[in-house]
This record gives sequence, structure tokens and C-alpha cells, in this order.
Amino acid sequence: MSVITFTIDGEQYSAKEGDTILQVARDNKIPIPTLCYLEGLSTFGACRLCVVEIEGSPKLFPACTTKPTESMVVRTSTDKLKKYRRMIVELLASEGNHQCAVCVVNGHCELQDLAYEVELDHVRFPYLFPKKSLDATHKDFVIDRNRCVLCTRCVRVCHEVEAAHVWDIAGRGIDCEIIADLNQPWGTSPSCTSCGKCVRVCPTGALFDKGAAVGEMQKESGFIKFIVNARNKHEWVRTAHEEE
Amino acid sequence: MTVEDLRELAEKEQARQAEYEHRILYCSSAGCVSSGCDAVKNELKKAIGELDLSKKCEMIGTGCLGLCGEGPLVFVSSGPTLYQHVDAAAARRIVEEHIGQGKKVKENEIDLNDPFFASQKKIVLENMGKINAESIEEYIAADGYEALAKALTEMIPEEVISEIRKAGLRGRGGAGYPTGLKWDIVRKGVADQKYVVCNADEGDPGAFMDRSVLEGDPHRVLEGMAIAGYAVGANQGFIYVRAEYPLAIDRLKTAIKQAERLGLLGNGIFESHFNFRIDIRIGAGAFVCGEETALLRSVMGRRGRPKVRPPYPSEKGLWDKPTVINNVETYANVAPILRNGSGWFAAIGTQKSPGTKVFAIAGNVKRPGLIEVPMGIALRKIIFDIGGGTPEGTKFKAAQAGGPSGGCIPTEHLDILVDYESLQTVGAMMGSGGMIVIDDTSNMVEVAKYFSEFCMDESCGKCIPCRVGTKHIYMMLDKIVKGEATENDFDLLKELCVMVKETSLCGLGQSAPNGVISTVRFFKDEYLSKLKKSAEGNTHLNESSSVPVVKEA
Amino acid sequence: MSFLDMDERLIELADKIELVYSPIADIKEFPENVDVTLVEGAVTNSENEEMAHLIRKNSRLVIAFGDCATTGNVTAMRNPFKVEDIQRRAYIELADKNQRIPDEYITIAQLLKTAKPLHEIIKVDIWLHGCPPTADQIWFAVNELLQGRIPVLPPAYLRYG
Repeated sequence: MSVITFTIDGEQYSAKEGDTILQVARDNKIPIPTLCYLEGLSTFGACRLCVVEIEGSPKLFPACTTKPTESMVVRTSTDKLKKYRRMIVELLASEGNHQCAVCVVNGHCELQDLAYEVELDHVRFPYLFPKKSLDATHKDFVIDRNRCVLCTRCVRVCHEVEAAHVWDIAGRGIDCEIIADLNQPWGTSPSCTSCGKCVRVCPTGALFDKGAAVGEMQKESGFIKFIVNARNKHEWVRTAHEEE
Repeated sequence: MTVEDLRELAEKEQARQAEYEHRILYCSSAGCVSSGCDAVKNELKKAIGELDLSKKCEMIGTGCLGLCGEGPLVFVSSGPTLYQHVDAAAARRIVEEHIGQGKKVKENEIDLNDPFFASQKKIVLENMGKINAESIEEYIAADGYEALAKALTEMIPEEVISEIRKAGLRGRGGAGYPTGLKWDIVRKGVADQKYVVCNADEGDPGAFMDRSVLEGDPHRVLEGMAIAGYAVGANQGFIYVRAEYPLAIDRLKTAIKQAERLGLLGNGIFESHFNFRIDIRIGAGAFVCGEETALLRSVMGRRGRPKVRPPYPSEKGLWDKPTVINNVETYANVAPILRNGSGWFAAIGTQKSPGTKVFAIAGNVKRPGLIEVPMGIALRKIIFDIGGGTPEGTKFKAAQAGGPSGGCIPTEHLDILVDYESLQTVGAMMGSGGMIVIDDTSNMVEVAKYFSEFCMDESCGKCIPCRVGTKHIYMMLDKIVKGEATENDFDLLKELCVMVKETSLCGLGQSAPNGVISTVRFFKDEYLSKLKKSAEGNTHLNESSSVPVVKEA
Repeated sequence: MSFLDMDERLIELADKIELVYSPIADIKEFPENVDVTLVEGAVTNSENEEMAHLIRKNSRLVIAFGDCATTGNVTAMRNPFKVEDIQRRAYIELADKNQRIPDEYITIAQLLKTAKPLHEIIKVDIWLHGCPPTADQIWFAVNELLQGRIPVLPPAYLRYG
């Protein structure tokens, strides 16, 4: 297997063939913010938070899907990228109804973490305050679409790992919504196995355990990588890194 | 069918046509259908019957005659004469006077030496107004399927690709990627199955080039696709047409059936080992499905959402197999290139952008319609010579090229040459070929708002910059139009537009802010005049803040 | 209340600042020539809006204080609904007696169409978030101001919820 040497933020790194820029950065503790990306699931490339600059191209590239080539020069945190990332988080914050103070994942929320990472002190865009629905028909779980960031981790984990494909997206543009089956109440879904994987991987408080109070819900999305590795490679180990 | 059979068929058809002294071709494209060509058709038929002229002339529904704003149009081959604004009464006069007595109907005649016609160069539209859109025989009589025959009997696939590369044909869907290069990548891809896809999901407001080609000359597209299939080693093609084009879909279905019947599609075409079939896929009306990766997903029956490239469709397309995907107009150029040679094609247009481009001119212009011009023509010529300029009493302000996500070109750039690279220098793009002329009765902020609303509605919602960004762009423009925005809002709008352009996943988001960016660039005053002045009580601007001075206790 | 959490540091602070207006101080009019105003809560009715403009006019620095002032937070949870629907719910459906919407009294402030964060109404200079902001965060910001600097909160002090 060939090794590729390339530069991230002025330092040289080597990558195995097939590695993405994000994987190499993560392995070397270079922070690149992500949201839709989750190790173990297919890459979606939609949140655009992980975009990086590559010397010689005017375009920006998502680190999660872009593979390094020999001698490539990558920059992960220029002023422009920081500005764009902050703006993307602002857009996300303005899109939903995110009231941290009354949210089940307050303090354990990836959207909150992102806001801190991009040093978001206030949102310059007007909040849209959409009227989204909440579905509490499932016996164990709730989906509150007001808090959904449409990362589709739930859609992917349900399709790729649990192979149930309960979740999908309806509508388009700003009206997109996650729906169960063909937009049926979640509790009536015959395809749902109640495995709860979607709840664990959801980065925000959109999917949560019934009965959780404010700040009580802790997500644990790292286990997906363990399951996928165990299934595909028959490796049954959990590293500290994965348990993060 | 053999090549000899094809030529025999062509000669038979040519002889049949020669029996008539006159051929009356009425435009049967959607534009003239909606301005009432059915009544014209009926009246022509009735008059021919009543005056017993059916031996002398035949009547045919043909493809778009170009001057859509003056329809319904009727073309009489003897003369040749083009008639405009033909109603039932005029139709009767055409039969009685022109056919019956050999006198032209002056009142409806259009001068064919007018710059509208004289400045054009027809390759893609060469059969418009010449052949019956629903007859494969007439297409064959006009050298149809000659190029496919030549490719299959005289050329190896590599030669076909090399010919297309030498011609310099570039994708007519907008981006201008070299077609030959794309085919070459697919040809070299190792796979048990490859596909050829035609993008006929023309969704730009005001654009109707692809529709006109499909309605008027569907076989030309099928032939181009079959040649592509032979060149890359594919045996299956798909045409993705939007459901809003029912007439195009009907004509395509008819054309595919005719070609299959004659063995021009199917197994062992021209007694070679080449098999090719074409199926139609009908889009459900999402603009984003014109984006190639979204289109391919839609063809496969999945949700039409773009995905990150690479891998490109030429490596992993339909069902992860190498797939050629080109626009209608690109395929329509293929057969003429093979028939006339790459040198002939490369000599037309400019060195970097050879050939012609079809444009649909619409908006505040005297003669809206469908035109085909050599690449590198000055924009001024298109708008003023061909389009006739803006209506009386108004002044030209801008031309919007490239669809909703294109840019506005102002008066000072009227002499720009229309080719892929030049248009980009002023923030516009070739796009698929929509051209909307805007005069001084329109406000550019409102124009930008209109196009941004379109982009917002058509965003698929996958990536955040496009999904939420286009919404905020629209809301800010609305605020500016209403006179409620401040300078801060304007600055934020500009910042947001650049961010959405640079970070969006697919072409839709990346180009959605173009309308705003180009109007801000060229018509900034129109924005500034709508902003709230500080004197009018703008609380954000006249407030100063400062760090308090601390007195030591 | 969070302000009071600064505990003994309040005594130190009292020597350096003069409190000229507060919901807990008995001052009726918002004074002129104020150095710094901490504004808490979202702008949700006509009185808030008027007050916000007055504060801006009379203050050199305005700090949006807490999540409600910064994002709308809980106050903004009414925003997806129509004002009439909210009033009907509050004053009629959930009222035990005197079921009517009190819209005939001009002394009662009218709800705005939506509750808004402070910076959508007036210019804001500094945002201190948190529900509530922590005492340390406030202490940091106030101290920076006393040193003559506009506080730039270190990431560790960024906190929503």
C-alpha cells in the first residue's frame, strides 16, 4: 500500500492510500470541525464545516471526502475558513428552534460545541423560528424536529447499520424534515426495531430518550465505529479515541 | 438495416418530397401551440382540401422556427417565405394566394434577410423549419443517421472520440467541459456495463433551447447518444426529461419507436455488434435534478440530491458504473461533427469555444425567440441585431445570462464576446443558454430578488449554506426592496453571498448568489438608494459606543 | 440573581461602580449618561422595544446579558405561534375566571409579533451568554471594562444554556 506525504497547516503528514484529509487530521489531533460526519457511517459531505483550502485551487474542499495527493498543501484554519465556519453555525442556529436552556442535551450538544469552537457570540441573521413538529408516539424515544440540523446521521445509521431504513427526508430546501417511514407517526412504524441507534448518534437534542430532563441526555456516537469495525473487519476492540 | 438501406430510404423520401411544388411547414413547438397554431393547422388543412391543392403541396408540423414572439409561424418552402402572426384567416390566404395563385401574402411576410436570420448560424437547429418533427424518414432524408452509420461502419470508437476532441466540442449544459475528454474517461473505465445519459431537465426560467430541439428534431439527439454509446462502449441510454415538457416526451417516444422499428436503435445496429437502446425517464419538476449527480440518482429512482464529486459520473455514475452525461444540445452537435468533420466544426466560433450556441432570448426585447449563433459573437449583436433591442421608449439595462444562477451583464459590457471564458470575466456564465433582456423599467434589486427566490425554492436542502443561506439571501433582499434594510444588512448580505458561493456542495448553491453578486457589482447604486439612511432614524448607524473612562476611586 | 452570585466580589465592585438603574433598585426613570447597561431578557413587547431604544440612547455601552437577550431563548419559544393564539391559550383556555384577552387597556404593553434578541432591535456591543451567565463570566467582563477594555470573552467563557 502506497504512502502519500502531504502538508497540513505547514506540517508534513503521511496518509495511507484511501485516507481522507479529515482522517489524517483526526489521527494527528488537528482540529477540523464536523457535524454530518460520523466515523463508521458513509460520508455525506453536506454540513460544509470541514471545508479546507488546498493550495493551487480557488475552490474549497470538504476534508471528509477529499483524499490527499502527493505533496498537496492543505490549510485547515485560515481566517477565511474561520469566518465561513462561524457563518455556517450562525445559519444553523437561525434555522431551528434551539433553546439550550430547556434542552435535554444541554451541555452535551454538538451544536453547542460547534458554537464554542467557532466562537459564536451572537447570530447576525434573523432567527427563522419555524413551526416544526414533535413526535412522541414511540414508546421509548421522541423526535423534536425543532432541534434537528438535518445532518442525516439518523437516516444513515438506520439504513447502513441497522438496515431498517425507518428514517428519510421529506420536502426540500428550508422545509426539509426527517420523517419515519412514509411520514407516519414513529410509534406506528413497522420497520423501526426500537434499537435506538438514531438517538445515540443524533448530535443535538432532536432525538432523545423519553423521560430525559434538561441536560440529562448524553449521546454516545463513538460506538458506531466499533460496530462497523466488528462487523466488517472482525476487530472487537474499542480504543479510548473511539469512546470519546 | 444496412447503410445501403438507409441511403435508399433517404432517396425515396427526397423523391417523395420533390413531388410537391410547395411544402407548408407550420411551427408545432410549444410556443406556437400556445399561441394558437392548432387553429392554423386546421384551417390550412381545410383550405387545401377545399381548393383541391393536396397534389401541389403538403403540410407539415415542424420544429421551432425561432421567432417565437411573432407566432404562430408558417413557412412555405417555395419562395421561401416565412409568415408571422398567422391566424385562421391568414392561413386561408396563404393557401389561396401563395399556393393557389403564386402570390405572397405581404401582410404577414417576414423579411428573411433581416439580421434576426442573417446573423445566425445553424447546426443544432439546422432541421428546424425543414423537416417534419414526427417523421424519421424526413430526418433520414436530411442526412439523418448518416453519422451513426459512418461511426459504426468506418470508425473504431477511439476514432470517434478523437474526432470529437479535435472538433473541440464543449458541454453545452453550462460548464463547458470538453466532451471528447469526458467520453475518453468513460471509454477507459473498466466495467461490465456503462451508460449514456442525456440531461434534458432544462429548468431555467425563460430557457427553452433543449425543449425546442427535442420537440423539433428528436432523432438528432438519439443519434448523438447512440454515437456516444458506441464511442464509450455503452449499450443503454437514458434521456431525463422534465415532466413539464409533455410534447417533447411524446415526440421522443415516437422517435424512439420509429428508430427501433427501423433497427437504428436496438441490437446489431447497421449489422455491427453494437447494441443500443434508449429509455426515457421523466423528472418530477425539481430544478436541482439538472445537476448531474442529482439527475443520476433520480434516474435510479432515488431522491434527487447532489452528492460530492469526485467521484465524477464518468468514473462512478449510474449504479456506480462509468456514465457519460451530456446535455441535449451537446448530443445534437455530435452527428454534424461526424458528418462534416472536426475541422469544419472547429473553424466555427472561437478557438477555445468552437461551434455555435443556441440561446433562448426572452424578457424586455422586441423579438424574443430561439436563436443559434456562432460562439464569440458580441453580446450587442445578439440583443440588438437579432433581438431587435428593447421595446420602444425604454433603454437597455442588462442582459441576464446563464439562468437563475447566472449574472447580469450591464451596458458597459455589451461588447463582450459570448463564449465560456469571456462571460465568466463579468460574473455571468454561459449556462444552458437562457438570455433574459432587462430594460430600464426594471429595478435590479427586484430582479435579484426574483432569481434568489427561485434558487431558494429549488434548493434541495442537503447542504447548510444553500439550504439556509439562500433563505437569508432572499429575506435580506426582500428587506432591502421594502426599504427596511440598513448598511449593516447590506454588508452582511454581501458576505453571505460569497460564503454560499464558496462553500455550497453543488452547482446550484455555488451559483445561487451570482444574481446578487453581479447586480451588486454593476448596479450598487440601486441597492444603496433603497437602504435606510441614518437621518431617517436608522438606530444602528447613528449610535456610537465607546469604552467608559474609569475614574480611580 | 447570577449577578449576586459574585458574592464577596460585589463588595469590591461596589467601590468602583455606581448602580444607577436596576429592576431591584427603586429608580423610576432610566437615567441619562450611563456608562454600561446590562440588558437581560428578549424584546418581546412594545414596552421592551421602547425601553431598548432609550437604553441605547442613554448608554455608551450596551451588553446583551444572558441567553434571552442574546438568542431569544425560552421567550422566543412562542415565536412559531401567532400572538392571538398565544393570548387565547393564556387568557381564555387556561383561565379559571375572567376569561378575556386584556387588549382594551392601553397601559398593558402589546406583544410584538415575535420575541427578538436585543441585537435585532438596537446595536449591541457585547454579548454575555448563558442561562444564566456565570458569576465568573460577569466578573471577567466587568473587570475588563473597568480596565478600559472591551471584553473579548475567551472561548472558555462561551456558554449557551
